Amino acid sequence: MKMHLDEKIWLILSFGLIMGFMLITGYQTFVLGMGPPSHMETIDPQKVDETAPFDNPGITQIGENEYEVVMTLAVFSFNPSNIEIPAGATVHFTLTSKDVIHGIQVAGTNINAMVTPGHIQKITQKFDKPGEYLVLCNEYCGTGHQFMATTITVK
Amino acid sequence: METAKTTFKEKANKALGISPEDALISKSYLIVSFTALLLGGLLGLLQGLNRAGLLELPSWFNYYQVLTAHGILLILVFTAFFTIGYFYAVLSHCLGGLLPKVRKMAWIGFGMKIFGFVLAVIPIIMNEATVMFTFYPPMAASPIFYFGLVFIVLGVWMLAFGAFLQVANWRKNNKGQHVPILAYFATGVFVLLFFGSIPVTIEVLMIIPWALGWVETINVMLARTLFWAFGHTLVNIWYLVAVSAWYVVVPKIIGGRRFSDTLTRVVIMLLVVMNIPGGFHHQIVDPGIAESVKYLHVFMSLAIGFPSLMTAYAMFSVFEKTARKKGGTGIFSWFKKLPWGDVRFLAPMIAMIAFIPGGAGGIVQSMNQLNQVVHNTMWVVGHFHITLGTSAVLTFFGICYWLVPYISGRVLTPKMNKLGVIQTIFWTVGMIFMSGSMHWVGLLGSPRRTSYTTYSDNATALSWDPYLMFLAIGGTLLMIGVIIQVYAVFNMMFFAPKGETEFPIAKAEDDAVKTPYWTERWGMIIVVMLLLVAMGYVIPIVEFIVNAPPGSPPFKTW
Repeated sequence: MKMHLDEKIWLILSFGLIMGFMLITGYQTFVLGMGPPSHMETIDPQKVDETAPFDNPGITQIGENEYEVVMTLAVFSFNPSNIEIPAGATVHFTLTSKDVIHGIQVAGTNINAMVTPGHIQKITQKFDKPGEYLVLCNEYCGTGHQFMATTITVK
Repeated sequence: METAKTTFKEKANKALGISPEDALISKSYLIVSFTALLLGGLLGLLQGLNRAGLLELPSWFNYYQVLTAHGILLILVFTAFFTIGYFYAVLSHCLGGLLPKVRKMAWIGFGMKIFGFVLAVIPIIMNEATVMFTFYPPMAASPIFYFGLVFIVLGVWMLAFGAFLQVANWRKNNKGQHVPILAYFATGVFVLLFFGSIPVTIEVLMIIPWALGWVETINVMLARTLFWAFGHTLVNIWYLVAVSAWYVVVPKIIGGRRFSDTLTRVVIMLLVVMNIPGGFHHQIVDPGIAESVKYLHVFMSLAIGFPSLMTAYAMFSVFEKTARKKGGTGIFSWFKKLPWGDVRFLAPMIAMIAFIPGGAGGIVQSMNQLNQVVHNTMWVVGHFHITLGTSAVLTFFGICYWLVPYISGRVLTPKMNKLGVIQTIFWTVGMIFMSGSMHWVGLLGSPRRTSYTTYSDNATALSWDPYLMFLAIGGTLLMIGVIIQVYAVFNMMFFAPKGETEFPIAKAEDDAVKTPYWTERWGMIIVVMLLLVAMGYVIPIVEFIVNAPPGSPPFKTW
């Protein structure tokens, strides 16, 4: 096929661009450990309340300024709600849904994950800046979807 | 005798344009398409106004019902009926008229699709199917909604088979020749429509017994994965329809020649084979899929960007070449030589320009870390409206200004052309406001598919309100655009002055290299496609079935 020099350059650049994106994504995922939330554990979605650790949702301190939040999502609320933590805390969220598919998103952070019934989802975030963070459900879950929100207060 | 007949028929077609029977098929599809655009657009406006806090929707027709109907009317009815109406006109024009059998199949498909949509819409209106157009289990709609979806898919298959029969017949009578380029595009689109709709069919067949109560639980993640194997394919079908006009029609309208025929066919093949696994990037932040599998899918999604980048080069090369032939000079001033006042050029040109930010946004969403920032926020809605709503739809609009006169035996008047230019401006400005503010407010964290809320006057949520106001302004401009467009289509179909309109197909360059014949081997293309689908889906689907959690019972949360 006849090709002009500028066309060849363009094709090489396009290919290079895509490979570059792949390398960056791979480096971030596998070297820096910044992979997307992809926890593999499963759970019986009808027995969430009886299954550990979700039989006792809440905040536990597990290290120096390190916390675990075990949280259940169900129409149309997060349990526990109105979480308070000190500034600089690293928080490990362990999440599952008791009914339909939900999404958890904390505005102003990179916390954004799907929470589907039958699966346990995990996501970790360090909260450096004090303030009130809005936690909301970002997957349509029913007519009260727009009420499904809570806050994380960082002091 | 057979050949004598065909040539006579071809001659007759040339003299009279499209046959009245074939024209009626395309006209019927376009009438349904643009009626759906009017209704869907109106619902979109109601939504935009509600989301900005300007309008309270009544409880008997709430935001989520409106959103479900808006999605189904625009992404399933408007685009699908347009695609079929357009490509059946293409098949009739390029392949010497539709076969009587194919014509019959087109009408049966039409009937099945309409029946399916009526079945699906009744429960939506009755608030029995407010599950969104993604219909994720374990939210369960009325079984009638899913029966409707089955008929829609069966209708699509009927049309796809009709198209394959038509193309096969042409190939039989024209051995060794390349299928005309637009018919080649049509083949690619119908191949994708058929194969892409298989996963969603399996999903719906999983859902029906469960929604009827015959089966107690459903595998949520499997259903979700099957949905997206179809969902993203649909996206690239719209794109492929638009691209067909960019490669073939636009060069003719500006008075130029087509870019390399081989490259065009390679781009079509790449989009067909790589498409279905691309849907996985909708699940980047899902649980239950290993990071390594997700990484493979990032690659599969990003790879789709490659044919798009090739298209960008091809298009600008055609523009520059044509403009320079007309006396254009300088690095950029040749741009002035392009026919900006011709809506048949202006609309698809703006569509192409919109694909620059649209495609870049797509790349953002297919990468792990960036996806996590924008996933399920208003950004995604903005992206959707700039890619589907502008790149694809504005091209569809541009096609109307010659396709509708062509199938109706009428002409595009200068006055209608001017109205089309005004329409394009309304659409462009409306989209800049709406899509722009959606992208921005999404980055700030505003979620998608949520009716108006301030989350009990939360300060972060309140800070989004000014952007949502721009969204409402954009939505209003777009509604004006919809009204003008629907008026233009019906006017050109029934009231414009009679006359002959050309079907604009650009010729290849005089010194063009002969296209290699392997591009015609669809059997091979489909095998490669199925291999890639297997590469993408075998591991996660086996994982979801083998390591499945206990299933979920149905929920009605609206």
